[in-house]
Amino acid sequence: MSTQVPERVEDESSGESVSPGKQKRDQKKLERAERIQEQREAEAAEKARSGDDTYHLKVFRYDPEVPGKQEPRFDDFYVPYKQGMTVLDALMWARDHYDSSLTFRHSCRQAICGSDALFVNGSQRLGCKTQLSALAEPVRIEPLPHADVVKDLVVDMEHFYDQMEAVEPYFQTNSLPDGELDEQRQTRENREKVKMSTRCIWCSACMSSCNIAAGDNEYLGPAAINKAYRFAMDEREGEDMKQRRLEILEQEHGVWRCQTQFSCTEVCPKDIPLTEHIQELKREAIKNNLKFW
Amino acid sequence: MSQSYNRGLIEDFSRWREFSAGMWAWIFHKFTGWVLVGYLFTHIAVLSTALSGAAAYTNTIQALESLLVVRILEVGLLAVAVFHILNGVRLLFVDLGVGLEAQDKSFYASLILTGVIVVASIPTFLSGVSI
Repeated sequence: MSTQVPERVEDESSGESVSPGKQKRDQKKLERAERIQEQREAEAAEKARSGDDTYHLKVFRYDPEVPGKQEPRFDDFYVPYKQGMTVLDALMWARDHYDSSLTFRHSCRQAICGSDALFVNGSQRLGCKTQLSALAEPVRIEPLPHADVVKDLVVDMEHFYDQMEAVEPYFQTNSLPDGELDEQRQTRENREKVKMSTRCIWCSACMSSCNIAAGDNEYLGPAAINKAYRFAMDEREGEDMKQRRLEILEQEHGVWRCQTQFSCTEVCPKDIPLTEHIQELKREAIKNNLKFW
Repeated sequence: MSQSYNRGLIEDFSRWREFSAGMWAWIFHKFTGWVLVGYLFTHIAVLSTALSGAAAYTNTIQALESLLVVRILEVGLLAVAVFHILNGVRLLFVDLGVGLEAQDKSFYASLILTGVIVVASIPTFLSGVSI
């Protein structure tokens, strides 16, 4: 499904050489085409409302800048179903055909950009990765819980990004290879170990689902800890770096806040075993501090 | 962005509708833990009647055990303790990183096992009590 409503027919022959009469006629033709287009959309909307093959969406709406919309409410949209339609497709259809002020973040539509994590039917999901046919009606679409709503389905991601930055989510090492042009090779086994953790798309679904992160604003959260895991387990970073990373993680609001509720693992759209990674970092932190020899 | 909207406590609680197994396990574990802590105080209170003599202790125990409500509470205590133990073992495995992909199944298993043990214990707990 396209983001845009099909473009109106452009008048190609509207050059300077065209007579005023033809211009007028073309103008009229264009207007009529627009009218027909509008009529057709209205009919489609009407049909969608009454037809069987539509999905009923209940979408959270809130707009702090319009006085009449400051009170949060749910809007109903009836979207005609097409095979393979996702929640994001349905939202885009609703925005294009019913209410152009409906606001939500999306970009790639293929579960890579991590923009459209939404709270759909009581669970954190990626809009573009969730099939409408898998959901019970009415499909209730809300912004991510435990985050401030900026407008409609858009939440303030600043806190989440702050937590991600806090674990230094980039490769750093002080053990460089000898030659200036040598590559930093990683063993296949080590790559396999961090493989799943590299798949994070920063969508914040895990953070939103985490009960502990909701109550403790300083808690790093599953995504940030997973990011730290990705680098702490990377052998190329060396022992010094690992030490530094563990010092960040074993602080009061680090890995020890996790109480293994498995909510993050459950909602992660990329199937990252987040709890497993957090638990492994807990063991690493213990091993790091307990030495009997 | 002029302002943002905090949906607050109501929203936080209303979203607690779709619990996954791990979440229920956590809630039950917390709850049973607090019940056991509470029981510890009554336990100490009853035991310390022995300070004023063996007869006082025997009287207290006999008086308590003759009440039906105490017998029922004991069944409840067993349920709470057994679940806490079984889920504790489950959490031990989770901490060791063993069988994390079966964490939901092990939660259901500990629930069922708790149920079985509690039902089996009822004849023992409720024997010889007069209503």
